[in-house]
Amino acid sequence: MRRLRDIIGGSLIALGIAVSGAGSAQAVEIEYWQYVFDTRVKAMNRLIEEFQAANPGITVKHTTFPYADYQTKVIASASAGIGPDVVQLFYGWLDLFVNAKLVQPLPKDTFPTEAIEKDFFPIVQAMKRNGEYYALPTAVRSLALFYNKKLFQEAGLDPAKPPQTLTELLDAAKKTVKMESGNMVSAGITMDMAGQDHQWWREVLVRQYGGVPYSDDYRKVTYNDKAGADALKFYTDLQTSEKVGQMGFMDEGQAAFRAGRAAMTIDGTFRIGSFKTIKDFEWGVAELPANAEGMRSNYASYWTNAITAKAKGEKLEAAKKFLAFVSSPKAMELWLDAVGELPARREVAQKPQYMNDPVYGPFLKALDYSKVTLFVDEQAQRQITMDMTNRVLIQGQEPQAAVDQAAKEEQALIDRVAK
Amino acid sequence: MDETIGAEPRRRGLWGRLTLRQKQVIWAWGFLAIPIVFYSVVRFWPTIDAFYLSFTKWNLLQPPDFIGLDNYRRMFADPQFWQVFRNTFLYLIIGTPVSLLLSFTIAYHLDRVRFMHGLIRALYFLPYLTTAAVMAWVWRWFYQPAPVGLINDMLSMVGLPQQPFLRSTVQALPAVLAPAVWAGLGFQIVIFMAGLRAIPTSYYEAARIDGVSNWTILTRITLPLLKPTFVFLVVFASIAFLRIFDQVYNMTTNDPGGPLNSTKPLVLMIYQSAFNSFDMGYAAAQTVVLFLVLLVISLVQLTVLRDR
Repeated sequence: MRRLRDIIGGSLIALGIAVSGAGSAQAVEIEYWQYVFDTRVKAMNRLIEEFQAANPGITVKHTTFPYADYQTKVIASASAGIGPDVVQLFYGWLDLFVNAKLVQPLPKDTFPTEAIEKDFFPIVQAMKRNGEYYALPTAVRSLALFYNKKLFQEAGLDPAKPPQTLTELLDAAKKTVKMESGNMVSAGITMDMAGQDHQWWREVLVRQYGGVPYSDDYRKVTYNDKAGADALKFYTDLQTSEKVGQMGFMDEGQAAFRAGRAAMTIDGTFRIGSFKTIKDFEWGVAELPANAEGMRSNYASYWTNAITAKAKGEKLEAAKKFLAFVSSPKAMELWLDAVGELPARREVAQKPQYMNDPVYGPFLKALDYSKVTLFVDEQAQRQITMDMTNRVLIQGQEPQAAVDQAAKEEQALIDRVAK
Repeated sequence: MDETIGAEPRRRGLWGRLTLRQKQVIWAWGFLAIPIVFYSVVRFWPTIDAFYLSFTKWNLLQPPDFIGLDNYRRMFADPQFWQVFRNTFLYLIIGTPVSLLLSFTIAYHLDRVRFMHGLIRALYFLPYLTTAAVMAWVWRWFYQPAPVGLINDMLSMVGLPQQPFLRSTVQALPAVLAPAVWAGLGFQIVIFMAGLRAIPTSYYEAARIDGVSNWTILTRITLPLLKPTFVFLVVFASIAFLRIFDQVYNMTTNDPGGPLNSTKPLVLMIYQSAFNSFDMGYAAAQTVVLFLVLLVISLVQLTVLRDR
C-alpha cells in the first residue's frame, strides 16, 4: 500500500515538473479578440501565422464575435475579468475602457510616444490620454465621393473629372438627377444621414462653412452658429430646393448607388469591397469636394488594438510583441491588400503605388487633413444629427433653430456621459 | 405487512418511514423543483434585480452606483420618454381593436365557407409563420416612393397623391403597425374559429326555429358565448402590441424608431439605453415602468372581461 502511494506520488511530482517545465520553456498563449468580418478574420489569421513563425514560443488564440454583439461581449467579459490579452476596440470606446481601467497604457519601451507621433497619421493621437498612448491601429478609414461614370457620361459630364468643389458637386448632381412624372428615378447624390452623411456634415461641411463643430476635446458643442446652420441648409437644400437627392430614396444611399440609381454617394473605405462587385457600370472615387476657398476636410475612424489590464508578466511581453507586429508596416501592407483598409503609418500610405491608386489614392490623400470625432456615444450623437436634419426636411424647421436644438441635446448628452 | 415489522425498519431508513402520501408530495416537489429553480434563476431573480438596478447608474464596466430616484426623475423629465410612452399606447389602442375586429370578421365568415376552406385558412395563417424581420423588410420596400415602392406605385396608377409613409412622423406608426396586425391575424383567426366551433349547434338550431335574424344570433348567442375567447385574445394581443419591437426595429433600422422617434416603442428605447448607450440603470427604470404598465393593463382587462 505504501509503495503504491509512493509510486503515484512520485509520478505526479514528475508529471508536475514536466508540465511546468514545458510551460516556461515555450508556449505562452495570448488571446486576441476582434469582430467577424470575413476578410479581416482571414488577414488576421495570416498575420498570426507569420507572427508565430517569427516568435516560436508564443501562440495567439484568435477569437471572433459577430459585429452586432461585439461591443456588448467585450464589455461584459472585460468587466467579469475574463477575456483577451489583446483586444480590438473601436476608437470611440477608448474612454470607456480607460476609465474602467480595463486596458493598460502601451509600455513606452516598445512604443515610444515620439515614434508613434512621427510615424503614424495625426488621427492616431485620439488614442492618447494624459500623455500616454493606450492603443494603436493597423488600419484607418476615411471618406470619399464615389461616382457612377456611366451616369456622368449620360449626363454629358466628363467621367474622368469628378467634382472638386461643393459648387461643382451640386452642378453635377443637378445634371445627373433623373425625374419621371414628378418622381425621382435616379438621384444626383444620395442623402443618408444614417450612413456617412452625418460625419460629412459634422466634420466637413461645418468646417467648410467656416465653423468648428466642437471644442478641441470634443466636450463642448460649438456648431450652433451661422456656419453650422449654413452647412445644414446646404445639405437639406439638396432635397428641398435643388431636388437632387431624397432622404430614404431606395432605402439606403449605398443601395441606390449599387443599383445604379444614384450618380454620387459619400461613403467610407469599408464600402470599396462591396462596390467592387458591381458589374453594371464603372465607378470612380474622388476626394470629398473642397469649399470655394479650396479648403478640404474629412472624417477618419479606425479600429484599434489595445493590451488589456489582465495581461501581466510573460503574457504582457508576448502581447507587446504581438501588438508591435500587427501595427508594423508589413502588417499594414498585408491589411490593405487583403481588407482594403488604409495603412495608419505615413511611410506605408505614402508609397507611390498606393498614393496613385485610383481607388485608394483619394482616401489616402484625406488622411493628412482628416479629423477624428471623439464621440461619447456615437449612436446617440448620430441620432441627434439625424433628428436635426429630419426636423428641417419633414417638419420644415429653420436650419438655425434645428442646429440650436441639436446642439443643446448633444451638449446635455456629452455632459451626462462624460462627467 | 405484519411479518416484516421488526426485521425491516433498520433497513428502511428515513425514506421508508414516510407515508405514501408524503412520498407522493416529495416526488411532486422533486419534479416541480426543476422548473421552479429554472424560473427563479432566469426569470424572477433578474426581475427583482432589475428593480434594484433602476436605482443605480451602471455602465456594465464599473460596479453599479446607487443614485436613488435619479433615473426616474430623468425619465419623467425626458420628452422622448413621453413620446415613446404615447407611441406604445398608440400601438396598443389601434392595434388591438383593429386586429380583433378584422380577425373576428374573417373567422366568422370563413367559418361558413366550405369551398377551399383549408387553403384560405392556411393563407391567413401563413404570415404568422413568417419571420417578423423578413416581413418587415419586404414591407419597407412596399412603402418606398414610386417607382420603387409597390403601394405608392398603385396609388399613382389610380391617380392618388404619393404618400411618404415611413418618412412621415404621422403615417410612420400606422405604417409599421400594419404588417404587425397582418402577421398576428392568422393566429387570432384560428383561435376565433376554434371558439366558434365550440358553441353547441343546438343553440343555433333553436334560434332558427324561432325565426331569429342573423344579427340577433350574432349578438345574442355567438358573441356572448365567445367571451372567454375574446378575453384570451384581448390580453394576448395587448401584451404583444405593448411589447412590439421586431417590426419597428427592422422597418426603421437606419433611424431606429424614427423619423423623430415617431414609431419608437418603449421596448426599443429600453434596448437602445441598455445596449447602445450601456446605460443599464436608466434602461432598468424604463423596464420597471413597462412591467407595471403590463401588470395594470392585464389586471384591468381580466377584471373587466371576467364572467360575473
